[in-house]
Amino acid sequence: MTVTESEQLAYVAAKAADARVNVELETDDGMTLNIGPQHPATHGTLRIVAKLDGEQVLWVEPIMGYMHRGYEKLVEVRTYPQITTLVNRIDWLAASCNEVPFILAAEQLMGVEAPLRAQYLRTIFHEMGRIAHLTMFLGDMGVQIGALTPMFYAMRDREFVLNQTESVSGGRFHPNFNRIGGLKDDIPKGWLDETIRIMRKMEAFCDQMEELLLGNEIFEQRTRGIGIIPAEIAQQYGLTGANLRASGVDWDLRRDVDSPMAWKHADFDVITHTDGDCYARTWVRLQETREACKIVTQLCEDLPAGPIMAKVPRIIKVPAGEAYVATENPLGEMGYYVVSQGDLGPFRVKIRTASFHNISIVPWVLRGVYVPDIISILGSLYFILGDIDR
Amino acid sequence: MMLGLELAYWQESILRSLGVLAAVLLPAGTFVYVFLFKMVSFMQNRLGPMEAGPYGSMQLLAEVGKALQKEDVVPDAADRTLFKMAPYIVVATVLLTYVVVPFGPDMVFIDNQFFGTGIFYVMAVSSISVIGIILAGWASASKYSLLGALRAAGQLIAYELPLVLSVIGVVIQAGTLDLQRIVVAQATGEIFGWGAIGNPFILTQFIGLLIFMIAMQAELAQTPFDMPVAESEVVGGYHVEYTGLRFLLFFIGEFATAGAFAAIAATLFLGGWWLPGLDLEANYMNVLGPIILLAKMMVFGGIIFFIRFTYPRLREDQLQRFAWKFLIPLALVNITATGILKVVF
Repeated sequence: MTVTESEQLAYVAAKAADARVNVELETDDGMTLNIGPQHPATHGTLRIVAKLDGEQVLWVEPIMGYMHRGYEKLVEVRTYPQITTLVNRIDWLAASCNEVPFILAAEQLMGVEAPLRAQYLRTIFHEMGRIAHLTMFLGDMGVQIGALTPMFYAMRDREFVLNQTESVSGGRFHPNFNRIGGLKDDIPKGWLDETIRIMRKMEAFCDQMEELLLGNEIFEQRTRGIGIIPAEIAQQYGLTGANLRASGVDWDLRRDVDSPMAWKHADFDVITHTDGDCYARTWVRLQETREACKIVTQLCEDLPAGPIMAKVPRIIKVPAGEAYVATENPLGEMGYYVVSQGDLGPFRVKIRTASFHNISIVPWVLRGVYVPDIISILGSLYFILGDIDR
Repeated sequence: MMLGLELAYWQESILRSLGVLAAVLLPAGTFVYVFLFKMVSFMQNRLGPMEAGPYGSMQLLAEVGKALQKEDVVPDAADRTLFKMAPYIVVATVLLTYVVVPFGPDMVFIDNQFFGTGIFYVMAVSSISVIGIILAGWASASKYSLLGALRAAGQLIAYELPLVLSVIGVVIQAGTLDLQRIVVAQATGEIFGWGAIGNPFILTQFIGLLIFMIAMQAELAQTPFDMPVAESEVVGGYHVEYTGLRFLLFFIGEFATAGAFAAIAATLFLGGWWLPGLDLEANYMNVLGPIILLAKMMVFGGIIFFIRFTYPRLREDQLQRFAWKFLIPLALVNITATGILKVVF
């Protein structure tokens, strides 16, 4: 029994309005399985309605919005300095990465640029957020495939990075450290040496994961050749980040876009893989963790002296205008389109999150796979629910 | 005649029933504490339970107490009778499995003259637990349960065959199905005329042991073959709707089955309750035997749980392919080789 693409689209279109309630009643052919909203594999509240024939998936429809927190609306009633606190919570695993594009957009509108030292430190925190995020991914990928133990190693080693973030900002998860024009504080004494030491540890962790998880035969059997996304399809669906690079598209905003951040001062490789399967996505993320360690080490060694805050007025008013700034976040391209009318707060903010676009390929990539493959594909696409629903 | 005491038949029967209960619950509890709580915690960079009792040794009682207090929820759409019955079938299977395992020269629960089929009986009754699992999955009226139960059924049937075939090598070598006589055959056996350590079948039947271990892992639904209960896919599979006492029964069933299979593996391949240098007929073996057997079971339990927390999970079709295309041919080759060598030597 097969469902053609046009039939599926017709079905989805016809049921779009009431799919949220009625879809599980449609059991005339095949079984409808609701994966989520409460399901361990969706690590959050994503719901995936899958039509199954035995264990084979005929088609799926991801339903999102269970965790919609209305950030785009909330930021309209807040001043610019207040907004970083909110947007910290979008992709909660790498909070400082969420602040950066917004701050950059506001700075661009104001015509302010952070001092070089602040740019370096922002980049360091951005990359440390990436390390914490991808460390979690590596652990989580093991859990999705059924190996519990790597998760605990990931948790243990992520702690070092979080401790470093905490020792600077006071916040482990939500540092809220970036300000318009620079940073809140300078780093404490001895922090750089400690960070470089911890980057060595994280590189050791990457080696360990490469042997423990990616070198495992069963892991390879479960991920190689599963959920292959060709490059053109990935681009059509607007995939970004490691998911795109795993399909062989050499595209990285850190290198390709000239933003007032310190990536241009660091020497790093953009990792790509040609396979586009689950294994490639996992592998690319593992190598990116290594590259992030490299970037942090380099920037810590070359950190210039100087002020950490540019001259900005005490009460921040952003002149009227529009700006879109995106950075390469752990999940992919994250951008803020800020429309200002010259007030204390923005008139409208559109948040482009990576997970929302990455998850849009799910109906395409999950057709015809087996139920266990749903889990490994979702795990390797890697999304954060807060990042999907905002 | 047990432990040198003269007992009436009813007294002996009561002792034997209590003995089976102890034989089921003690290894199961030991496995849970030593392996699931502690060994795995140390593997995973944590301490495990530390508060209840010294080093958390009373944690198991706390867990049981917690489970007993919980409400026994039956889903609305469930088939109530079957739903309530299923966990008892699973646990009863384990009790039946233990019946033929010998713990000492006289420490047997059923006399051999009534029950000489031994290992054949074990293989037969251990399959009954599938019925309990399918009942649980179907009666829960949950799609996840159903998927889990069907996976369990397919898997347990696929791995029953290599399990049985791997044992046949031992049976050919010992010349008997009776577990007690398999122990005696290992104790009195000789390796090319050298009889100091007997002839534990692990030496000659290592392929059989390998297949037995793999099939046992699948039969127990432990990682890498834990698709029936895969928590990241079917969220616990057939027992997803169970709470309280009934969940506890499934839990005990899982670990007691692990104990039972470990006991059978120890009996078949490691010489059971006997150790080299000990008197096979002596009365003290009735006390020492269970301890030796438990120690050997712990070896197998350690391997089972070490693998469980080391490997990821295979996919259902990969597992079936592995069973039919690799394990069963290998087991048949092993049987052939054993048969030929038995005739030659």
